[in-house]
Amino acid sequence: MTERTVLEMTGIRKTFPGVVALDGVDFRMFPGEVHALMGENGAGKSTLIKVLTGVYGIDGGEVRLAGEPVHFAGPLQAQQAGVSTVYQEVNLCTNLSVAENIFIGREPRRLGRVRWGEMRRRAAALLAGLDLDLDVAAPLSSYSLAIQQMVAIARAVDISAKVLILDEPTSSLDASEVERLFEVIRRLKSDGVAILFVSHFLDQVYEIADRMTVLRNGRLIGEYRTAELPQMQLVTKMIGKELTVLDRLDDEARTATAPGEPVIAAHGLGRKGAVQPFDLTIRAGEIVGLAGLLGSGRTEVARLLYGADRADSGHLEVGGEPVTLRAPRTAMRHGIAFSSENRRTEGVIGDLSVRENIVLALQAARGWSRPIPRRRQDELVAKYVKALDIRPADPETPVRNLSGGNQQKVLLARWLITEPKLLIVDEPTRGIDVGAKAEIQKLLVELAGGGMAVLFVSAELEEVLRLSNKIEVLRDRRLVEEIENTAGVDADRIMQTIASGATA
Amino acid sequence: MTALTRHRLFWPAAVLVVLLVSNVFFAPRFFSITVHDGHLYGSLIDVLRSSTPLVLVALGMTVVIATGGIDLSVGSVMAIAGAVACLMIGDLPNQDSVGGVLLAVAAAIGLAVVLGLWNGVLVSVIGIQPIIATLILMVAGRGIAQLLTSGQIINVSSPPFRVIGAGYFLGLPVSVLIVAVVVAIAALLTRRSALGVLVEAVGASPTASRLAGIRARGLTIMAYVFTAVCAAVAGLIFSSNVASADSNAAGNLIELDAILAVVIGGTALTGGRFSLAGSVLGAVLISALDITTYTIGIPAETTLLFKAVVVVVLCLSQSAAFRAVVLRRRTAGASA
Amino acid sequence: MIDVSAPPTTAGTVPAARRRRWADRRHVPVLVTLALLVGMYGTGVANYDNFSDTQVLLNVFVDNAFLLVVAAGMTFVILTGGIDLSVGAVVALTTVVAATLLDAGWPAAVVLPLVLLMGTVLGLGMGAVIHYFKVEPFIATLAGMFLARGLSLLINRNSIPITDPFWTAMAQKRIRFAPGIFISTSVVIALVVVLVAAYVLAYTRFGRTVYAIGGNADSALLMGLPVGRTRIAVYTVSGFCSSLGGVLLSFYMLSGYSLHAQGMELDAIAAVVIGGVLLTGGSGYLFGTVLGVLLLGLIQTIITFQGTLSSWWTKIVIGVLLFGFIVLQRLVTRRAR
Repeated sequence: MTERTVLEMTGIRKTFPGVVALDGVDFRMFPGEVHALMGENGAGKSTLIKVLTGVYGIDGGEVRLAGEPVHFAGPLQAQQAGVSTVYQEVNLCTNLSVAENIFIGREPRRLGRVRWGEMRRRAAALLAGLDLDLDVAAPLSSYSLAIQQMVAIARAVDISAKVLILDEPTSSLDASEVERLFEVIRRLKSDGVAILFVSHFLDQVYEIADRMTVLRNGRLIGEYRTAELPQMQLVTKMIGKELTVLDRLDDEARTATAPGEPVIAAHGLGRKGAVQPFDLTIRAGEIVGLAGLLGSGRTEVARLLYGADRADSGHLEVGGEPVTLRAPRTAMRHGIAFSSENRRTEGVIGDLSVRENIVLALQAARGWSRPIPRRRQDELVAKYVKALDIRPADPETPVRNLSGGNQQKVLLARWLITEPKLLIVDEPTRGIDVGAKAEIQKLLVELAGGGMAVLFVSAELEEVLRLSNKIEVLRDRRLVEEIENTAGVDADRIMQTIASGATA
Repeated sequence: MTALTRHRLFWPAAVLVVLLVSNVFFAPRFFSITVHDGHLYGSLIDVLRSSTPLVLVALGMTVVIATGGIDLSVGSVMAIAGAVACLMIGDLPNQDSVGGVLLAVAAAIGLAVVLGLWNGVLVSVIGIQPIIATLILMVAGRGIAQLLTSGQIINVSSPPFRVIGAGYFLGLPVSVLIVAVVVAIAALLTRRSALGVLVEAVGASPTASRLAGIRARGLTIMAYVFTAVCAAVAGLIFSSNVASADSNAAGNLIELDAILAVVIGGTALTGGRFSLAGSVLGAVLISALDITTYTIGIPAETTLLFKAVVVVVLCLSQSAAFRAVVLRRRTAGASA
Repeated sequence: MIDVSAPPTTAGTVPAARRRRWADRRHVPVLVTLALLVGMYGTGVANYDNFSDTQVLLNVFVDNAFLLVVAAGMTFVILTGGIDLSVGAVVALTTVVAATLLDAGWPAAVVLPLVLLMGTVLGLGMGAVIHYFKVEPFIATLAGMFLARGLSLLINRNSIPITDPFWTAMAQKRIRFAPGIFISTSVVIALVVVLVAAYVLAYTRFGRTVYAIGGNADSALLMGLPVGRTRIAVYTVSGFCSSLGGVLLSFYMLSGYSLHAQGMELDAIAAVVIGGVLLTGGSGYLFGTVLGVLLLGLIQTIITFQGTLSSWWTKIVIGVLLFGFIVLQRLVTRRAR
């Protein structure tokens, strides 16, 4: 290799009590290259990043930056040495202004005094360079998550980074924002920055990455040039087995049984500032997919149908009866279940055990005075742990210790034991590994096959197309079109509607 | 051995035992319990008796903390309950009247329910941070208690009222029995019904609990009402024991001791998982501490100092970060 | 250019008019406190003879100089989302240690820096325990409170008079603006502390880090800010302010007593909250705290002027005020979302 690496990690080993998170992992980065770090959840990607940024110390191996051995005691040191990170969850302080978020810790100063004017001017100029026009004096909390993400990147970019780590930067961005981000990445690349890119979206990885390193179970599988590794091979290397479930699903979903009676019907249901009034009917045995860009109103529709937010117009019929959903409880009583997109904050409860999490909704429905007998709990939990292959299988493990995919399964199990007529799932496959993703997709198809109505929300168009009988397309907080998912419908057809707004 | 030392109640229990045993060196008869007139007497009984108000308050505090809250107003509620009861009893034409005393007790507890509702509504309906919401009643409540008693100590001489704090039943102090009953009720309610797990869910993640269909509002209000009632009963015991209502002294700083007891008992201040047994243990430990300083002959004014040392030792022994530092030293020393 | 203009809630950019209002909104609690202060002063002037004397107003400063200093320190701690329960006890300990040493014949020039150092080290210790051992601030400073109060009781349970010439000079020194219109040196010291603290919070890297930690400590850490150092520093600042407050109190009282400043932590917290600082941290101004202290002082003054009201009314009024401000804060932050 004639090129000089900017970063070289060799034989990295990191253990936690009882777990070997990384074992003999090598990783290197070249200037002016985008290097994707690939692997399922639990493969060791996050651990490797945290080792690289000094959040964790290492138990073995060596990190060299520009040929020199380095040892970072924390993110600050890493940052000073030229390693900056933008994390999956936007890690900024929303109470501070935009300008401060970009410059805090390295504010322009004179004699120790922060020069606010100078800081704002420079922040505005920097953001303008990324084609963002923001009021830099406004608190960051007044902007959307997507914008906050861009501010985080602006910050990382401005810290003269030799190595820029982007950990799931695109998970909260819509297509056009992703494109903008990629333009920024390409510009940084041409400036000679080495970029570490982590994403669950394979298409994005193939679009932007020059090189990829694959990890599995804390071990290095290999380093490849993107151009030389076809997608199918990559997936095989990531999960270590051929993945055929995804392909088989295709036919199953589209030839699903004829839908039955309407389970829920919304007429002119809407909420100011969230989503404009829409009509929507979901029938038993049917999977209805919600498609649209981030912020198009997908989640808002799901929340209105569950009563998580209150509708201020229109009405709702459940099983033919008109109902008003004042709170999630009311919806639950009518056989509606909802799994939120924010698995960790709105879904599972990390402190509680797998068992307690699974019985929680059923217990809440019964009220505190009628506890579910322990024996019955154990039966139910054992059944679903087995059916959904939740790992580890010990029902007394705190859910906090489970991987994202398994947490999602616990959440689904929580709702399945309430035997809902309508299951609303918002982004059930986001941020979880390919294997678990396929299992969850398969489960949804089976549930619909068993007569349950399913409302499926996902940012991944392919996934929506694969599972749904019917696709509701949202654009700018308006439900613009309902498309029967027949053989002729493909991603382009949906994209067209999303892009143009089409007929209503 | 490691499994035992890792148990979250190991350290508090160990400290309690050490404290009690250390008394023997200064008062050899510390562990002896004698029977007089069918009543049990002894230092251990004294420890239990003197711990009763704190155990009650800590019990309520545990539930509130489990919901992710905190109640600073318990001391003021104690003062108000004592003041109301003593005022009503003082107004009785005949202070021997059991009915009149019961009415006064009921009025005090009824008022506590209202005060608990106030706290609960501020926290769960208006959505104010618990520490501030209850700070209001902590400050104003003390003022109200002083207003009720006009800043005076109200003395009563009512035998039926004395029974609560100083009486005996079946050889045991009535106050201890009352506390035992309340603890039993609380334990049954939280662990035999689903109350415990629902409260833990609400404390650990309010949003997730709401989406799981849990009525957090009701549970939270119940927690604050329960705490206020516990505090009121504690206030009645305190005031019955001294046969007076002292709006300044009653429950002064007890909120701090109670929170301390809860933390010692292994319940995190951030809410979620809680342990009633732990809090009871913590409260008894704190009371034992006071008694120990007394029997050892440490001047009363240094009790606080002693308490500070115990708090530091306990908190450090429970701090995972501290253990990590100590363990690392030890393993480093071993390998060297 | 990213399209961030159209939909209302995903909106990236906010129209300029709305932005202005938001900026104002953060000032609402402070403005309300100010209005209340003015209103209360007006009521006092309207109802009581001599209330309009300039000296009445100045006395609010004179009588609360120590609280001002303590509350300034508390503001740092609360802005990080922490709390310091030890302040009252540290104030008392400072008075006791100062009085004892002076009584033993130590020169003021030694005693003064020594007691300030003692408070600072105590704060440093609590900060270190909070940071390194991840002990809740509530518990760690509670231990500090027991420790400081216990130490002062151990040293002397009785009130110790101070006769040191420097102390008595400081106690009696009046800075006169006109006949009968004066402030004490303590007021000058308190105002200097307030100005320095306000400058530090607004214009130094340390001050901004304090706000960042209050906003989101995890983020602040990942942004490479010295979270640990700053967190320890705020408790150190609070410890220093408490001991300085103790010195000012000993100027004011000319005695050291272990029961001085009972419950002062509550007054300081109340002043900070009434001044519009969020107890969760990250939002608020030192100016607000100053207003909060003045408001508490003015309530005392009015109750003194009224004469027929008993002291417990102070507590009830503070409770009512706390209630009002907390509900107000709640409304302001809720609408801001």
